[in-house]
Amino acid sequence: MNFLHFMIANRQQVLDLTLEHITLAGVATVLAAVVGIPLGILITRIPQLSKPVLGSVNIIQTIPSLALFGFLLPAPWIGERAGRLAILALALYGLLPLVRNTYAGIQGVDPAVVEAARAMGLTDRQLLFQVELPLASGVIVAGVRIATVTSIGVATIAAAIGAGGLGEFIFRGLAMVNNDVILAGAVPAALLALVADFALGRLEQRLGTLRLKS
Amino acid sequence: MSRTDDNVCGFTYHMTTPRDLEAAIQFDHASFRLNGRALVQDLVLPVKQGEMLVLLGRSGSGKTTTLKLINRLLLPTSGNVRVNGRQTSEWDPIQLRRSIGYVIQDGGLFPHFTVERNIALVPRIENWPRARIETRVRELLSKVGLSEDLLSRYPNQLSGGQRQRVGVARALAADPPILILDEAFGALDPITRSEMQKEFRELQQRMQKAVVFVTHDLREALLLADRVALMEEGRLIVDLPVAEFSRSENALVRAYMEAFSGLPDSGHSVRSSA
Repeated sequence: MNFLHFMIANRQQVLDLTLEHITLAGVATVLAAVVGIPLGILITRIPQLSKPVLGSVNIIQTIPSLALFGFLLPAPWIGERAGRLAILALALYGLLPLVRNTYAGIQGVDPAVVEAARAMGLTDRQLLFQVELPLASGVIVAGVRIATVTSIGVATIAAAIGAGGLGEFIFRGLAMVNNDVILAGAVPAALLALVADFALGRLEQRLGTLRLKS
Repeated sequence: MSRTDDNVCGFTYHMTTPRDLEAAIQFDHASFRLNGRALVQDLVLPVKQGEMLVLLGRSGSGKTTTLKLINRLLLPTSGNVRVNGRQTSEWDPIQLRRSIGYVIQDGGLFPHFTVERNIALVPRIENWPRARIETRVRELLSKVGLSEDLLSRYPNQLSGGQRQRVGVARALAADPPILILDEAFGALDPITRSEMQKEFRELQQRMQKAVVFVTHDLREALLLADRVALMEEGRLIVDLPVAEFSRSENALVRAYMEAFSGLPDSGHSVRSSA
């Protein structure tokens, strides 16, 4: 377990890169949620938009991550800092699970419940916030969970464009042909993903039981 | 708009029109077409305050569409529907719906709300003071024969009969002058169903609301109705006081009576005393 020795010897750098990694993935996921959840809601209200929007976020997902970083490089303001660029690319990847799950979650609410809500005289806003979103919350959090875990994984590649994060160790290790250095990046990144997955999974379960109270 | 327990603003306002001149609900040659097909055709049907009208018909006969025309979930494509003297197209849909209680099969309760929040739904969105909501919820529970222990339960922790009672309580919460029910007791076992029918009839005798009750069950119709309106393929076939309905010579009425006779206790005798 030589990589442990390496990590202990470089603990300050491991800590810095881990924090940087969390920031990259965290900001990207929040950004994806801020755009993706309203977008998912919007396409339940304007059904004609659902196909083009879902299609677009789907296509984004198929672009290889390195290529996506490359595409965004010439963009003004964004391309100036590697961090900005990485966050934008990660956020774009996070869109698909968020848009799709928000859409599916709301569409999946029992139509009888929605109709009852309308018939009782709820306004559109009340219907959304008091009925549809609470009942879709389990599915939406599942989307957040997928986006977060993906984002933590893909963020390792951000080091390739100099955005930092735990990918630094991985790329350095690859260049040095040193497995210990690679592991010093890969293991903490994997642990981060597992912790995020577990925590959001718990939340999803709690919201899921709420949803099942029908 | 402020409301008192036994009066709904808007309704009191329309009380100025004499009841016999303007029914609580009036279908005036109302039709509803969808993709060229008439789901409801040229319906002329009044419902007076204090009257329970049962809309009887098989699936696809246009009963539910007719109900949705009352609370403006649908607007008639021709003709009009008036509620308390005003066309539904002129009503603010939100205000209209809040003055019409709506009960559907299996209650249509919100699964993520407790019994208490479910019943308090309309009073809450109408911003009643908290204390008044609490009093009202308890009053309604006893009205529909439920114990206060159930207040903090979720719908999935209730029996079908309890859910249906909560559904009725929710519809009555803001004391709407009009009540519409769509196959309300359809999902209940026969014994619970018969209990609910009797209790609902008694409740209505005290409340004197304008009630439209949709069912495909002739026996339920004969038990509950003051008047029975029989629909088929979007058209009104007969509209008769319940006592005359079972004596009608109309072929479709006879077909119904026959379909339900042959049972040990057929619908014929149920309301013979009325």
